[in-house]
Amino acid sequence: MISAMLNEAWNSMWANRLRTILTMLGMVIGVSAVIVMQAVGQGAQQQVRESIESMGSNLLMVLSGSSTSGGGVRFGAGGIPTLTIGDAESIGELPLIAGAAPTVNETAQVIYGARNWSTQITGTAPSYFTVRNWDIAEGAPFTDSDLRSVTRVSILGKTVVDNLFGDENPVGKTIRIKNSPYIVLGVLSAKGQSLMGRDQDDVILIPITTAQRKLASSQVVGSVRFIMVQVRSAEVMSKAEQSIVDLLRQRHRIREGANNDFTVSNLTAMANTAAETTAVMSLMLGIIASISLLVGGIGIMNIMLVSVTERTREIGIRMAIGARGRDIMLQFLLEAIIISIFGCLIGVILGIGGALAANGVTGIRVEITLSSILLAFTVAAAVGVFFGWYPARQAARLRPIDALRFQ
Amino acid sequence: MKTHLQNGQVIDDSVPQGDNEAVAGKVVSGSVIHIQNLRKEYASVAGVVPVLHGLNMEVMPGEFVAIMGASGSGKSTLMNILGCLDIATSGSYFLKGRDVTALDRDSLAHLRNDLIGFVFQGFNLLPRASLLDNVALPLVYSKVSREERVVRASDMLSKVGLAKYRDSRPNQISGGQQQRVAIARALVNRPKLLLADEPTGNLDSHTSHEIMNLFKELNERDGITIVLITHEVEVAAYAHRLVRLADGHIVYDGSSHIPQGDNEGTMSKNSTESSAAAHSTS
Ligand SMILES: Nc1ncnc2c1ncn2[C@@H]1O[C@H](COP(=O)(O)OP(=O)(O)OP(=O)(O)O)[C@@H](O)[C@H]1O
Ligand SMILES: [Mg+2]
Repeated sequence: MISAMLNEAWNSMWANRLRTILTMLGMVIGVSAVIVMQAVGQGAQQQVRESIESMGSNLLMVLSGSSTSGGGVRFGAGGIPTLTIGDAESIGELPLIAGAAPTVNETAQVIYGARNWSTQITGTAPSYFTVRNWDIAEGAPFTDSDLRSVTRVSILGKTVVDNLFGDENPVGKTIRIKNSPYIVLGVLSAKGQSLMGRDQDDVILIPITTAQRKLASSQVVGSVRFIMVQVRSAEVMSKAEQSIVDLLRQRHRIREGANNDFTVSNLTAMANTAAETTAVMSLMLGIIASISLLVGGIGIMNIMLVSVTERTREIGIRMAIGARGRDIMLQFLLEAIIISIFGCLIGVILGIGGALAANGVTGIRVEITLSSILLAFTVAAAVGVFFGWYPARQAARLRPIDALRFQ
Repeated sequence: MKTHLQNGQVIDDSVPQGDNEAVAGKVVSGSVIHIQNLRKEYASVAGVVPVLHGLNMEVMPGEFVAIMGASGSGKSTLMNILGCLDIATSGSYFLKGRDVTALDRDSLAHLRNDLIGFVFQGFNLLPRASLLDNVALPLVYSKVSREERVVRASDMLSKVGLAKYRDSRPNQISGGQQQRVAIARALVNRPKLLLADEPTGNLDSHTSHEIMNLFKELNERDGITIVLITHEVEVAAYAHRLVRLADGHIVYDGSSHIPQGDNEGTMSKNSTESSAAAHSTS
């Protein structure tokens, strides 16, 4: 029975090849659009998720200077950073705070042997590794004693290692930063891109005291550009923020009513906003793609309705020799299902190809998951059945005599 | 199930079950067709138009009945009801003792598949299917296996002398041959009743006689009950019994071998207007 019906469905589709293919095309485009959009959306979300994870959790950032209404940061008198290593240490001792790492940044030329590389030099304290949740892949981190004795030691990011050392093991070697020699103590594990799209591994960490005294050209000794703070738990973020504000106002002797000379911002909240934004974007892409799937489905319905009208006489003949309503229904439904399943298969292949091509051409991150393919497939098949069902039922409901008399 | 061919007689011990208990008591005779006070009205823009005005008729197994009548007299309407393609407005119709008016769509489909073979004036073959597939189609709906379908359909095609055309399409053979294919299709499921609405209407007289001889053989040798509509006296002469319709009434029911009192066979084509007009005023 089914095999005879499949055969008939095939015959009728073959007899209307062009029409069948065009109908299928609607489905193909719908499915491949869903898959490509899903891949791009998921890719973006995955990227944001990884960036957030690499950033460290429950992070606050305390910047020197007061925040302006425009969102920028104004430094204190003379453009001098107002934070100090002492501030960072005091913040680190607050009860809600897991750690606080003072940092200064500088861009500098680094030389090893015949190779040189321009990178960001970050002066910081050992707490930085825990605050940023950043492991040492090889070697060892610097310690507080390195800070006290202002040693010239460094920890290299992955990108720096790749560019200066290639396959060579950098631990124990000596690099030159601004013409001063620094011993490489260790190598950081790779973190990938930051939320802003910066390569986080393109960095060298050195003790902040060394950075302040041996490297910084303009900064006043002891000053700190910003302090990265890790709060003990997500629930106490705002409480911790307040305690930092209170502490710093007291330490900086800011009178009641006067503006802060520092700014506390919640990095985790910003990251979450970014994550929400990409999630919304991804959802929008999905909706747009689903609409094309819907349009494909309506295409199927349209063609099936035409087909039912065209074949009304045939339906009458079949009914006259004993076809039941459900036999007729099955026949038309089968055609709709075959069209949508083949459309789906081709759409899946094209969609995967399209996503990979998008990745190859633009470098955009794509994430093709089995679940998104299954989803597209199931939805498309359901669309086929749903939109095939109505015309099929129209056919099945015809009265035999009316169908036979139809001209 | 049914369908043992013994001495050319189709024996059917399988009556589709489940819908005829209530009816069993009413069956008085072993008639194939039994209609009582059968009426059919069509709703049109002008109001309700009666087409059949309470017909009574009984057809016994093995009979060969010809229905004649002017164009518009309601022959096809009656035939479509007998063939379970259409439903009467009122009155009763017992097909092999079963009250057809009480059946739902699926049961009617089953009856058409199982008990009735239908032959149309316009052949009504499926244009895209091969002759073999056309003949085998009723078997698809009675869930016969593929192998058996092929065997029985080719058998039937040989019976009507078209075995060598089994893979041709309907548009590759002549009208007479197409009608033979349609007859083969009507017979492939071994029906008890063969209904034919002007089966020779599109054929020349020579081909008509060939087709009628086939009907005659089916009736005499295989014992199939046949009811056919025709406009031609020579065609009606093949039947044993003649039923004459005029304006939705049965005006004659008897032997087909009486002298023709009127000139029905020749005048029917141009009497359409007058008879339609007469009936709408009645
Ligand atoms: N679907 C319909 N709707 C309305 N009226 C109909 C319908 N079918 C048939 N009729 C009317 O019923 C009457 C009988 O029609 P029918 O087809 O039974 O005639 P007939 O005897 O078969 O004629 P012919 O010899 O030309 O085939 C006609 O007057 C016709 O107009
Ligand atoms: Mg007619």
